[in-house]
Amino acid sequence: MTKPNTYQRGPDSDGHFGLYGGRYVAETLMPLILDVERAYDEARNDPAFRAELNSYLTSYVGRPTPLYFAERLTEQLGGARIYFKREDLNHTGAHKINNCMGQILLAKRMGKRRIIAETGAGQHGVATATVCALFGLECVVYMGEIDIERQAPNVCRMKMLGAEVRPVTSGSGTLKDAMNDALRDWVATVEDTYYLIGTVAGPHPYPTMVRDYQSVIGDETKAQINEIEGRNPDTLLACIGGGSNAIGMFHPFLDDEEVRIIAVEASGEGIETGKHAASLTAGEPGVLHGNRTYLLQDDDGQITEAHSISAGLDYPGIGPEHAWLHDLGRVEYVSIRDDEAVDAFQLCTEAEGIIPALESAHAVAHAAKIAPGLAPDHLMVINMSGRGDKDLESVGAYLKARES
Amino acid sequence: MSGSRISARFDRLKSENRPGLVTFITAGDPDRGTSQSILDALPEAGADLIELGMPFSDPMADGPAIQAASLRALKNGANMKQTLEMVASFRNNDGQTPVILMGYYNPIYAYGPEKFMADAKSAGVDGLIVVDLPPEETELQKPVKAAGLDFIYLTAPTTGDDRLPHVVEHAGGFIYYVSITGITGTKSASAGAVETAVERIRRHTSLPIAVGFGIKTPAQAAEIGRFADAVVVGSALVSQIEENLNGDGPAAGACRDAVLGLVRDLAGGLKS
Ligand SMILES: Cc1ncc(COP(=O)(O)O)c(C=O)c1O
Repeated sequence: MTKPNTYQRGPDSDGHFGLYGGRYVAETLMPLILDVERAYDEARNDPAFRAELNSYLTSYVGRPTPLYFAERLTEQLGGARIYFKREDLNHTGAHKINNCMGQILLAKRMGKRRIIAETGAGQHGVATATVCALFGLECVVYMGEIDIERQAPNVCRMKMLGAEVRPVTSGSGTLKDAMNDALRDWVATVEDTYYLIGTVAGPHPYPTMVRDYQSVIGDETKAQINEIEGRNPDTLLACIGGGSNAIGMFHPFLDDEEVRIIAVEASGEGIETGKHAASLTAGEPGVLHGNRTYLLQDDDGQITEAHSISAGLDYPGIGPEHAWLHDLGRVEYVSIRDDEAVDAFQLCTEAEGIIPALESAHAVAHAAKIAPGLAPDHLMVINMSGRGDKDLESVGAYLKARES
Repeated sequence: MSGSRISARFDRLKSENRPGLVTFITAGDPDRGTSQSILDALPEAGADLIELGMPFSDPMADGPAIQAASLRALKNGANMKQTLEMVASFRNNDGQTPVILMGYYNPIYAYGPEKFMADAKSAGVDGLIVVDLPPEETELQKPVKAAGLDFIYLTAPTTGDDRLPHVVEHAGGFIYYVSITGITGTKSASAGAVETAVERIRRHTSLPIAVGFGIKTPAQAAEIGRFADAVVVGSALVSQIEENLNGDGPAAGACRDAVLGLVRDLAGGLKS
């Protein structure tokens, strides 16, 4: 594959990132998708829309989030100088609200009054329920029944915020099935309903739109690290479920060739066990949920179940732009197991007094692997995509099982 | 000439001055043997065209009945190769009833589109409906044509007049009008609304128009058949399989009889 002049221009006008992306949806949805695309293009170029979004990001979400020097973790690992981009300090406790804020303003602009969403960890569901409460819109969140169990605090929050949480029992009862059911809802309610997708997945324009709304993470990081250290970081690290916190952090740096960029997938109980969620490491290109990307699937093209202790990473696909960046070799995709993530969860909590989301703990775990071998002036930024309060029960249960 | 069985069948329906019955079942549901026995008997029971669903793990445009059918089939070992074998076996005794494969893109992509089209053609398939491949995603158009198959496109209530020419441009065989905004097997549209929509589509194409989604009873089929060239019934048939399974065991007789019984009633309704 030939290297493009820039990694930042994609996708093409039909939403393709090279072979990946596109609009693989049923005809009923197609006119809707084109509507969303048109509305998004207009909004993006409307200074009043951008000003309104920025105002909410500042006064409601709490941006900019700090870039924090994790001094004790740096000392303990004894290598690279580690910073956290504190997305966990956003209102609702994760990066998800950056995207929700943008899309809810778009939905309002389009005159929609009912919002649907899918959620895995519940962070996107909570963020969606929050912005719906803020603007008085009806909210229905699809969530796999397995995830409802392991992310109970978030289910409670969504309900308190006035959202209806619909349990999804089809398939494996996790994020991919929640997305199927949200799409099924949307086909039937196209007139008044907006589908607020929570990651860089789905048909065009979602992967691009969600990336653009999350790029505030990378834009701020770039300004902050240059302010503090006088230069770009040497390494960026982020975890990958669908890939929104990662692409948001990475995108502004893609053309800065000196920056090494690493994304961390979840390898669950280990790639070799088959119980993992590492679509790029162990998947094949295919078509699901409106785009072509790497998918966990069998020889017959049937999608297989993903496994991860972290509900937010438990997805058998990955955003199409990541598939493209993977093939081009611009971003490195590695993976971290459940046990390593839980160790990093504890390490981060004890060293820094910051309880990371289990998702984010995957990025911390990879940092713990590579930082010790790096020079003390090596600048590493980890995207702390969310806080871990929602995971206390899962981690507790995991540790108990591991002890016995 | 491509898709000759499909156009020949619509010609004959026209000469007999009656609408056609298109029946949908999922290949391999609940198991290969039962499914084959149903498939083989469909024409005799009154099916004019056959849609055979290719099971997929994530059927996003389908309601609970067809989702469950896909999962039953997959659980019992269904795959794309078996679906083609079933068509080939059907063709041993029936050279005339058109068979259209309907499903989602990923299993075709995994099989290899060129190879799949060639294998489908030689198995005796006539046309293809790929639910999640709108005309914007053009990659199958060439392989389908090259293999001499008809690419059947869906149109929906949301497909406006501005978009219809683009959709029918690459269509072969017939136009499948999805009569509701929704997934299979849920709500039903009013006959009046469907009639208006069919008239609208006719202004853009001379291909026959089949109407599906939400047609469950002989009375509904007859009503839509007054103005459509064919009616498609799927979830109602597939539900007959579900209702006649005895526990987890093999279903055979009861399932087959129930499905074929409903096909006879639907065909009778269309003829009266
Ligand atoms: C805190 C947190 N980080 C990461 C993710 C993974 O999503 P993405 O890859 O889109 O950032 C989630 C998803 O729920 C999450 O809640």
